Amino acid sequence: MRLAVTTSFHNSGLSDLLLPAIRADLGLHVQLLVVGTGQALRLGRAGDVDAVLVHSKTAEDAFVSAGFASHRRPIMYNDFVLIGPASDPAAIRQASDVKEALRRIADAKVRFVSRGDDSGTDKTERRLWAAAALQPETFDPWYKSLGMGMGASLNTAAGLNAYILADRASWLNFGNKRTLVLLFSGDPALFNQYAFLPINPSRHPHVKWAAAAALEKWLAGATAKALINDYKIAGQQLFIHNAQH
Amino acid sequence: MNDIWAGLEAAFWLIVTLNTDLLEITLRSLQVSLTALVIASLIALPLGTWLAIRRFRYRRATIAGLNALMGLPPVVVGLIVYLLLSRSGPLGVLGLLFTPTAMIIAQVIIITPLIASITHQAIRELWADYHDLLISLNTTKKQRIMTLIWDARRTLLTASLAGFGRAIGEVGAIMIVGGNIDHATRVLTTAIALETSKGDFALALGLGFVLIALALAVNFTIHALSRTERDSTW
Repeated sequence: MRLAVTTSFHNSGLSDLLLPAIRADLGLHVQLLVVGTGQALRLGRAGDVDAVLVHSKTAEDAFVSAGFASHRRPIMYNDFVLIGPASDPAAIRQASDVKEALRRIADAKVRFVSRGDDSGTDKTERRLWAAAALQPETFDPWYKSLGMGMGASLNTAAGLNAYILADRASWLNFGNKRTLVLLFSGDPALFNQYAFLPINPSRHPHVKWAAAAALEKWLAGATAKALINDYKIAGQQLFIHNAQH
Repeated sequence: MNDIWAGLEAAFWLIVTLNTDLLEITLRSLQVSLTALVIASLIALPLGTWLAIRRFRYRRATIAGLNALMGLPPVVVGLIVYLLLSRSGPLGVLGLLFTPTAMIIAQVIIITPLIASITHQAIRELWADYHDLLISLNTTKKQRIMTLIWDARRTLLTASLAGFGRAIGEVGAIMIVGGNIDHATRVLTTAIALETSKGDFALALGLGFVLIALALAVNFTIHALSRTERDSTW
């Protein structure tokens, strides 16, 4: 079966751990398409994948209510973090919440790299700017909207010595950090829920519905829970399993 | 410079240890691009020759169009093939999206104009020399095409190798229609794009050197098999 997943999920390295286990337990060969949340949902809408694993609740709810997926199953979460140059010219280390951190970046007019690719991370970033009562469209040239995946955007941020919003997993697994460090995290507004959405067979009769259902059951189950909760990079737990039985 | 050395080192170890993943994606790269090359050559060589010897009304426009298509952006080709093969597209029932076949289709579309244009150029000059002879021998159209193709074979080989070069190094189209699925549609170029996005420049560059080595190997093999630079005619 084919599963569209977000770049942040795949770049974290968790899929390399889960896929062999899925194969051993279910005898299921899962082919991963690694794209942004926006594109993953489009692939699902066209019926080109059997299920999607994405992280943008608003877009997912719209997807379910439009009938493209039969339901939405929360699986696990991690969090977003603000990355920036170690010298921290906008002083976001001292910010009390993420809104203040973003305001400090906007006030200091320091370079900020945005995914700009309609992915889950991109949607979250725009939601956070809006929550801080700021409009990225009005920003000076210091705000760089790229239209690229998480890794490519981190590469660009490293090259420009810029601030960027990333998910913790991608950041810890990223190999080209240069002078960038994690500056701000921990605000509940940065919570990042991943959900599994099987494509509705009444829309696309050819989808492998039974395989998607088996995978969903496995992802929500005890084996996946142990694997996901025990997955660590540099001693840090990346994902927290929270699927309901 | 350190990154480049690290890349060379990564390439060296990948090859020396005969990494199985590397072997798999390298063979898939070869399989996809060589298949695309054979199909494109079967279309482009006769087409280019036919365009050189045949006079018809919109010939000039056709040739100009063919030359312009040499610069066809692979991303656009990928997008169009994707929309055609998508389950919601006109050819969706075939279920070809995200398979090596879809990648071959995209590459054939990308390299056919290139091979046909170079073929046309080569045959046109040859035809100017052979025209009177072939007409006076009362040859059929088919015989003329076969003669011209045979006598221009060295240039046509270059045309095909140029097509192969564009196919094997291409990433925009096959990323879209193949999806870069591990153990299914991952090839060298899409693996390089993936490793770059992970910030693993050494491995990305290592794969890049493997790709360059592969292109060299294919070119040497084809030259050896076609016995160029040998005999009296070098």
